[in-house]
Amino acid sequence: MENEPSPLKKVCIVCSKGSLEDVYAALVLTNGAVMEGMEAYLFFTFFGLDAITKKQMNHLRTATLGNPSLRMPGGVAFPSLLGFLPGVESGVSFMMKKRMDELDIPPVDEFLEMITAGGGKIYACKLALDMFKLQKKDLWEGISGVLTVGEFYEKSGGSSTQIIFV
Amino acid sequence: MEKIIAGKIINMTEDGYLIKSSEWTIDVARELAHEEGLLLLPEHFRVIEFLRHLHASNQNITLRQISKSNVADIKTLYELFPGAPLKKAARIAGIPKPTSCV
Repeated sequence: MENEPSPLKKVCIVCSKGSLEDVYAALVLTNGAVMEGMEAYLFFTFFGLDAITKKQMNHLRTATLGNPSLRMPGGVAFPSLLGFLPGVESGVSFMMKKRMDELDIPPVDEFLEMITAGGGKIYACKLALDMFKLQKKDLWEGISGVLTVGEFYEKSGGSSTQIIFV
Repeated sequence: MEKIIAGKIINMTEDGYLIKSSEWTIDVARELAHEEGLLLLPEHFRVIEFLRHLHASNQNITLRQISKSNVADIKTLYELFPGAPLKKAARIAGIPKPTSCV
């Protein structure tokens, strides 16, 4: 039996990691939902908080150690030992950001502004804030609030809603 | 498929985008906008013209391109074309469905 078409209406995305690629995956998913006219919530927890911490948000990096998918330009595997050297991680992250800019993918703060300008909401996790001894004043001003896990689930109700974990 | 819009036969894709952007006219834009429940104002036309310019010069079609060019900021774009601004604006501008993820 074929299912009735039921378009997605709402997505709640949890980002628990702070590396460049994980944060961008969450940002692209959220912004994409907003651009399709869906309700979208993006909830940052644990290391994901870096993406909305003023000091860190525009300095996210991609790991050069323990990242088997990392390759040199041309496709040769990235030698793990290189990843130890000072400046290599910054260089690789700089290259990633440059590539993204060419594709019109904005820096983190601008991306967050695009999401909220379209009506998407950004939240921080209360437990993770307490754990990292961060306060609301350390966070990007555009967030809609600090939530407990219970409040997150309250926001995630309704049919045609999906929760996505990054 | 062919559809009659503003008295002209227009070639369209299944999801309602013009196949030939040369078939676009201002009246076609008005009628497509009407289907979306929109009445086009000069602010809409600035966005539409800019999108047609991006398409004609083979550039990325993204919301950010529009906001960077000072045609309209992101918030205004969501107000002008509520719901799905890039898709709606592209459809009304008579250019192909945007394929960008941002």
